[in-house]
Amino acid sequence: MIKVLRAGFLTSVQDLGRIGFRDSGVSQSGALDASMLRILNVMVGNEESAAGIEFTHGALRLKLSDNRRVAWGGGDYQVEVGQTRIPPGHICAVSAGEEIHIQGPRVGARGWLVIAGGIDVPLVLGSRSTDARGNFGGCDGRYLIDGNELPLGSEVAWDKLKTPSPRISGWAAPQSWVQTGGGNAVLRIIRGSDWELFDEPSRQAFLLSDFIVAAESDRMGVRCSGSKLRKIINRDMLSEAVAPGTIQVPPDGNPLVLLNDCQTIGGYSKIAHVISVDMTIAAQLHAGETARFRETTLAEAQDLAAARAEDFALFRVGVRMHHL
Amino acid sequence: MKIEPLGDAALIVRVCDEVGDATEMISAVCSTVGIIRRAKIPAILDLAPSYTSIGVFYDPMRTRQPAHAFESIRADIERAMGSNRGTTENFQGKSIEIPVCYDAEFALDLERVAKHTDLAGEEVVRRHAAGQYVVHCIGFMPGFPYLGGLARELATPRLSTPRTSVPAGAVAIGGSQTGVYPQRAPGGWNIIGRSPLRFFNVEADSPALLMTGDRVRFRSISRKDFEQMKIDD
Repeated sequence: MIKVLRAGFLTSVQDLGRIGFRDSGVSQSGALDASMLRILNVMVGNEESAAGIEFTHGALRLKLSDNRRVAWGGGDYQVEVGQTRIPPGHICAVSAGEEIHIQGPRVGARGWLVIAGGIDVPLVLGSRSTDARGNFGGCDGRYLIDGNELPLGSEVAWDKLKTPSPRISGWAAPQSWVQTGGGNAVLRIIRGSDWELFDEPSRQAFLLSDFIVAAESDRMGVRCSGSKLRKIINRDMLSEAVAPGTIQVPPDGNPLVLLNDCQTIGGYSKIAHVISVDMTIAAQLHAGETARFRETTLAEAQDLAAARAEDFALFRVGVRMHHL
Repeated sequence: MKIEPLGDAALIVRVCDEVGDATEMISAVCSTVGIIRRAKIPAILDLAPSYTSIGVFYDPMRTRQPAHAFESIRADIERAMGSNRGTTENFQGKSIEIPVCYDAEFALDLERVAKHTDLAGEEVVRRHAAGQYVVHCIGFMPGFPYLGGLARELATPRLSTPRTSVPAGAVAIGGSQTGVYPQRAPGGWNIIGRSPLRFFNVEADSPALLMTGDRVRFRSISRKDFEQMKIDD
């Protein structure tokens, strides 16, 4: 069990998301940086889809009731167990009764903590992810609050493993994978189906000018302000499917980058989509930060995703060798 | 039919133009959903149907060539559609009667609708309950049905300031559509009644009571019936 002494701000249980219920209007949910969750899970010996804790801008204090290995990654947070600092992407052995303190971030927005065994809240519609709008999944369908107690799964296949000595593993995941959110984000995009509806100056501005991330951003989407994006013809559109990464432009002309808690369908124009591998960057956008959009092609986006999957497969093999 | 990327892990199948008859459009969308489901394309994870199109979410790594995932899935869908061409499948959604209590206590915006439509409150209720509706799509929140078929004269613009909390089961009019809030949520539609049914239940095999293509009728019930039918959650 893990006891949440201090829940911080917008902390939630997330796994790889709730897939297969969009026809019932159920959002995808899940860790905003799914690659990060997979990496950390592999490190501590979990299934890649195990649930972890996503935190956003805030101080957390957690206490474990038994000995567990943990790992974290994300923005520039300070994570400590007792007096020892845990660097991102390393495995740390935490003993029963010890407290994990998380502070930050100095840069970036979110971080993820995984614990060997995974957060074992019940599966709801096939996922442990919190759907805070639908009020189900995770811990009571809500962001965590002080005093919550989360069950942990049993550590699989870890009995044989050496406890890192000293308590923090000497080896780590590639730092560029686990330290994300450096600021001055550049998001690669491919054109959306309504690209042609925008006038030429707006398309140019979208690709060339800086946008500022607005404060009213959340797990549904990141609002940006800057050049107003205008359409050649304004007409009402029927709602249709949107995806995490879709960049919608509401009538105010400010682009909105959708994230995992977005609705299943939407009626605003879709100017573009952030490519999958850059959702890691989108998950770290924070208020006041500058963001830019750079065009790429579907072919390149798919190449990059395939290459990342290959790198990850190698990493998985490497981790197994460390553990043997 | 037109298939376009929706980012690099989803695509959108445009089944028909936006100009046709609403019920025919829904039927075409639902038939296509059935064809895609039955094709059991391994990389397809999720489908999001709406008025004239279907969002198809896929895992590029489960396609034959991940670096050409979109082309691969598009070809699979086109093949499935091709082999079903000519088979006249008439989609039939399920028919559901929804009890609604239109008592003043629940009909928070009935006066507003009456004023806008220049009809008496009882007449608004009578016409709403007499309509035949079809679920155009499910969205906005889990299980929320957008129902087409509202009598034209009942169309009423949304509230200029949405309520911060609309109760579960609230039956409402938003523009030319009507719908039911499956759970407590902020919302800007005009509330004219409340249904005791549960419209979204994560414990059920099919969590949403209504699905795209279903046909709906409302039945006016008394306050007493409402209390008897209400399932506390």
